[in-house]
Amino acid sequence: MTATQTPPATSSTTRTMVAAINDALAIALERDPTTYLFGEDVGVMGGVFRASDGLQARFGTDRVFDTPLAEASIVGMGIGMGLAGLRPIAEIQFAGFMYPALDQILSHLGRYRHRTRSRYSLPMVIRAPYGGGVHTPEQHADSPEAILAHVPGVKVVIPSTPTDAKGLLLAAIEDPDPVFFLEAIKLYRSTKESVPDGHYTIPLGKARVVTEGDDVTVITYGGMVEVSVKAAEAARAHGIGVEVIDLRTLVPMDLETVLNSVAKTGRAVVVTEAPRTGGFHSEISANIAEHAIDSLRAPILRVTGYDAPYPPFTAIEDVYRPNALRVARAIRTVMGY
Amino acid sequence: MTNLSPSDTAASDTAAPTPDALADFPRHAPATDIPFQLLAPDGTAPNPDALPDPQIRLSLYRHMRRIRHFDERGWVLYRTGRLGVFPPFKGMEGSQVGTAAALTSDDWLFPTYRDTGAALTLGLPIARTLAYWRTSPHGWHMPENLKVLPFYIPIATQYPHAVGAALAEQRKGTKNVAMAYIGDGGSSEGDFHEALNFAGALNAPCIFILQNNGWAISVPTRTQTRAVNLARRADGYGIPGVRVDGNDVLATYQVTVEAVARARAGQGPTLIETVTYRIAAHTVADDPTRYRTDADTAGWAEKDPITRLRLHLLAEGILTEESDAALLKEIAEEFEAALNEADTYPEPEPAEILDHVFAEPTPQLVAQRAEILREVGE
Repeated sequence: MTATQTPPATSSTTRTMVAAINDALAIALERDPTTYLFGEDVGVMGGVFRASDGLQARFGTDRVFDTPLAEASIVGMGIGMGLAGLRPIAEIQFAGFMYPALDQILSHLGRYRHRTRSRYSLPMVIRAPYGGGVHTPEQHADSPEAILAHVPGVKVVIPSTPTDAKGLLLAAIEDPDPVFFLEAIKLYRSTKESVPDGHYTIPLGKARVVTEGDDVTVITYGGMVEVSVKAAEAARAHGIGVEVIDLRTLVPMDLETVLNSVAKTGRAVVVTEAPRTGGFHSEISANIAEHAIDSLRAPILRVTGYDAPYPPFTAIEDVYRPNALRVARAIRTVMGY
Repeated sequence: MTNLSPSDTAASDTAAPTPDALADFPRHAPATDIPFQLLAPDGTAPNPDALPDPQIRLSLYRHMRRIRHFDERGWVLYRTGRLGVFPPFKGMEGSQVGTAAALTSDDWLFPTYRDTGAALTLGLPIARTLAYWRTSPHGWHMPENLKVLPFYIPIATQYPHAVGAALAEQRKGTKNVAMAYIGDGGSSEGDFHEALNFAGALNAPCIFILQNNGWAISVPTRTQTRAVNLARRADGYGIPGVRVDGNDVLATYQVTVEAVARARAGQGPTLIETVTYRIAAHTVADDPTRYRTDADTAGWAEKDPITRLRLHLLAEGILTEESDAALLKEIAEEFEAALNEADTYPEPEPAEILDHVFAEPTPQLVAQRAEILREVGE
């Protein structure tokens, strides 16, 4: 199956991101009888966000099934299914509920090809809603992507549009190695666009230039893309050209697109909603410092959450999660150099 | 009668009870805490009709002698620098052979680091096994004709994997099963309990072997848990639990064959507790005198699984002193040939640490490979 950067110009349907994800899952289950979808509440109920709505009715309880409530075994059992030649798609109900499964993730998920010298591969996808902005209760809004990206042998994908979500999810499911697919809760229903019908994939490891500009590069992904684009629009009104890059996949990272942009603009702002210390924004920053120091005219700035647990306090949640104003301030700061 | 391939036990399917005969299973349910036994420590069998065929008894004996030889030679090789640190399994041969011999090469085996003997019994080549404990990548090259995973180092994480493999076989419409091993210590981990529950809820054809060998490194089972009969843990998950004398290979084989037959027949998982003992140290680098005395171990030597079956086979005329000596000679020759083969495996190249991470290396891995080659001056 060849990956297509641009979806084929066939028919299309207006879809939210969660509907596009549902469409991708249906296409995968339809195309490949070895794909299986499971997790807590994914079957009868269709998932707490309805990502698997209607799939059990369509594909049966063997292919789409509810598991007992135990994340370590959802991942661990999926690993066993993958070893035995299936393509498991596991849903973890929220990324912040993934922690019981960290032993399986850190000890096993990324090691199977390596520890069996490719006798076994693990074509497994783990989907999880992540991130804040919708006033969820405690523990529901975490952004653990840096923990996952730090695991060798595991890919990490975080889409920001319905069209990307569908194409990247299909690519993740078809990938021969384990892939984490984090879905920004904020974007599930707030973003809508015309999404191509039928099967297409968007290759992993290729960033997307969302807006073009010559003055500042903003590197981001997932739920922070729309925030960064808003900031870029505000900056444009002041005559500042901002190039927003949606990384799409953290592992593998499309460093080339990032460095080409920074070489042009000389300024970099990295935006995530994860805690500051040790976040993936730091990895992006380090790569820019390592490979593009000669192009830089200003320090690399990180606009992120803070080094505290994500606050489940509706009134002040937005203080933690970066908004367009904070990103615009960072853009203004680097323009001061 | 000198063939040591696992197929002679795999053929034991013919001896396995039919699903219809399993209606009253588990016959050896832990109504009492006394482990099920067919062979007394002195080699006598109170119920001779319950024993498997003489051919199978002899085959199980061969397998036990063969893995004991590996264990004994392993110590010597370690002390002479020809083997890395490995966990010995002496005294547990009845438990490992009795369980693994109930599988065929189409079934899955998820061994822990102490289950070298079980993997050898299923057919993992000796040379590769030596390579594994020499920390050579050749030991990680799993044979294509077996579904045996590399020995698990993390504790209990293999249990959910076995559930997944078993479920996959069921979904694919095969009769194949998955067998996973754990120790008494590992059965304290959450993954053990989750997997039992998952397998029961999903009716996965999975056989859970809990080798209760008395010790988790230095912690005795009485410190590990207040429970004595660990097979009863199955009750909490609505699945059968069986407690068997793990030093009685015939009893262990019998209950495992029944559990495998049940799983193949779509009747779901079984937990089997094999009551056995870790005669030796935790690893060849461990000093058990720091945490246990001879009194702790007293009595276990008399329960040795190999001695027990040997006495029985000699009394029955299934084995003679001459055929036993011939068997040992053959086992030793096979081992030395495998050792010679393992000695020919080349050491890995530096850049091999980046092999087999992804099907296609990422740009980052390509760059890091170049970096390694620069570092080592190639």
